[in-house]
Amino acid sequence: MKKVSGLKYGYLLLGASIAAMGFGNVAAQAAEQITFVSQGGAYQQAQMVAILDPSAKKLGITVNQDSIPDAWPAIKTQVGSGKPIWDVVDTPTGNCLRGGEQGLMEKLDFSKIPNGAAMPEAYRSPYSVSYEFYSSVLSYSQKTFPKDAPNSWADFWDVKKFPGRRALRNHPFATLEAALMADGVAPDKLYPLDVDRAFKKLEEIKPHITVWWTSGAQSAQLLNDGEVDMEMAWNGRVSAVAKEGAKVAFTYNQGILQSTSLCILKGAPNLDTAVKFLNEAVDPVHQANLPLHIDYGPGNPKAFETSVIKPERAAQLPSEPANAAKQALMSYAWWSSPQGEAAEKRWAAFMQK
Amino acid sequence: MLALVSPALLVILALIVLPVGWLAWQSIYHDGFTLENYRRIVTESIYWRSFALTFEISLLVTVLALLLGYPVAYLANAVPRGWSVLILALVVLPFWTSVLVRAYAWLALLQRTGVINQFLRYLDVIGEPLALVHNTFGTVVATVHILLPFMVLPLYATMQKIPGDLMHAGASLGAGPAHAFVRIFLPLSLPGVLAGCTMVFVLCLGFYITPELLGGGRTVMVSMLVSRNVELYNQFGAASAVAVVLLLSVLLIFFVVSRFISLDRVLGQK
Repeated sequence: MKKVSGLKYGYLLLGASIAAMGFGNVAAQAAEQITFVSQGGAYQQAQMVAILDPSAKKLGITVNQDSIPDAWPAIKTQVGSGKPIWDVVDTPTGNCLRGGEQGLMEKLDFSKIPNGAAMPEAYRSPYSVSYEFYSSVLSYSQKTFPKDAPNSWADFWDVKKFPGRRALRNHPFATLEAALMADGVAPDKLYPLDVDRAFKKLEEIKPHITVWWTSGAQSAQLLNDGEVDMEMAWNGRVSAVAKEGAKVAFTYNQGILQSTSLCILKGAPNLDTAVKFLNEAVDPVHQANLPLHIDYGPGNPKAFETSVIKPERAAQLPSEPANAAKQALMSYAWWSSPQGEAAEKRWAAFMQK
Repeated sequence: MLALVSPALLVILALIVLPVGWLAWQSIYHDGFTLENYRRIVTESIYWRSFALTFEISLLVTVLALLLGYPVAYLANAVPRGWSVLILALVVLPFWTSVLVRAYAWLALLQRTGVINQFLRYLDVIGEPLALVHNTFGTVVATVHILLPFMVLPLYATMQKIPGDLMHAGASLGAGPAHAFVRIFLPLSLPGVLAGCTMVFVLCLGFYITPELLGGGRTVMVSMLVSRNVELYNQFGAASAVAVVLLLSVLLIFFVVSRFISLDRVLGQK
């Protein structure tokens, strides 16, 4: 297992092409390899230990890594240029679906991906397999709300009963869902989203929103510094801040369960190895390893049936079945539909009004 | 001569002219020629609102930077050399610190539990913390701070070239210090004012990190529109069109300003 940083990758490529010219098939046979791309930071570090290293070892391949906070523009340009250098990407599921529709992703042959085929249908698409789950949850300061904390999106919208400064993500994903739940829509009846109703409800809370955050780090900092009293945030960010001693908590009630998925770039340089790797990466045991290193849930629910995750640990994870039952599962299929994309564009106008 | 500069020309061609050309091309070509991306900027309110806001903020920042920067440059020019070095060092030192670090530093100062609010509450001046950041106010304060050196340095360079004897001459003819300043010093420093204002205004037009971090999501400047178009909506054409319009505005400003002063003389300090 060899790690290659983004910068060094160019040299590697150059070296590899020279080697390929000289040795032809010998170089190709020497070792199978793929380039895997994730979002970096503590998250990529955790999956390296839990999933990437064990998978590489088991398959006898080399997994080169790259990381980028937002892979979408790069995917678009790489595949558009006709010579992608990445193979497998770990990216928000919507990117895989949208990419699939736009011809940027390989269609997956699930007969070669038995681990994926065994997963529930809602957790996969023709282009992707869910890889890990996180949740957009209602989090709050325990200093402001020592008891009777807000417990639903209706509470978040109730500025009289729960006075305090609020923050939401500057993005329609999960925000529209939360607005609809605040307006009384049941978590399992959200889709197709009633976009007009959601924006109308958002107009109601807009004057009370202090910050519309744009990055996970920013959301964590807002809670940690006491800049806001309650906000929508990703569960892992809240628990990280809580671990460092901040008096903050969150509820999975009415959380919006979101996932990143693995998908393969169209025309990936190491397609066959990439498929093998993808199957291995969603193996229940590797998947069960992930939450031992970071507060995200496995993408493969079978991971909870292995004995790797202890029950008390499982109870903290967003995709644990009991927790998942309290939440809404985001429909990436809806978000990548024309209605979803129109709602996404409407967000910009909503923010600037 | 040409042989000497041609490597530099090649670098400029490869790093500036080609990418900008490609950008412009993307804005008008997508499965055939289209002016759709430009039509959108004119007709859709989010685009022209952003442009209007960006120009407004840039103007405000420029005026504030001038009001703050002029006295500093004047002082640096008037005091003995040792002191002026110290003043300029204080101006330039933050300039070498990362923009990101300075934006976060302002966050630490301005936010609800920040230094300023805590201090004011300690003094009992305010009951509730003031909303100093996550709005246009915080954005403007931090942007002025970050761009101040670009105002002070051209001003100082221009003031340095104003012969001190002129002020003495004015005084000997009976002008008081204020009169001499308004009639002699101020007019002679105007090229520096224009150069500084141009630099600050143009740089501010493209500001991204500061409004992103300190604007609370509501201060949507043009550069943020570019990034949203690429990241969120995957519309490279729309992003390119916005970038092209911004670039053209900047070129227009430089063109107009260059009719009044020789920019390379003020900025190049010959």
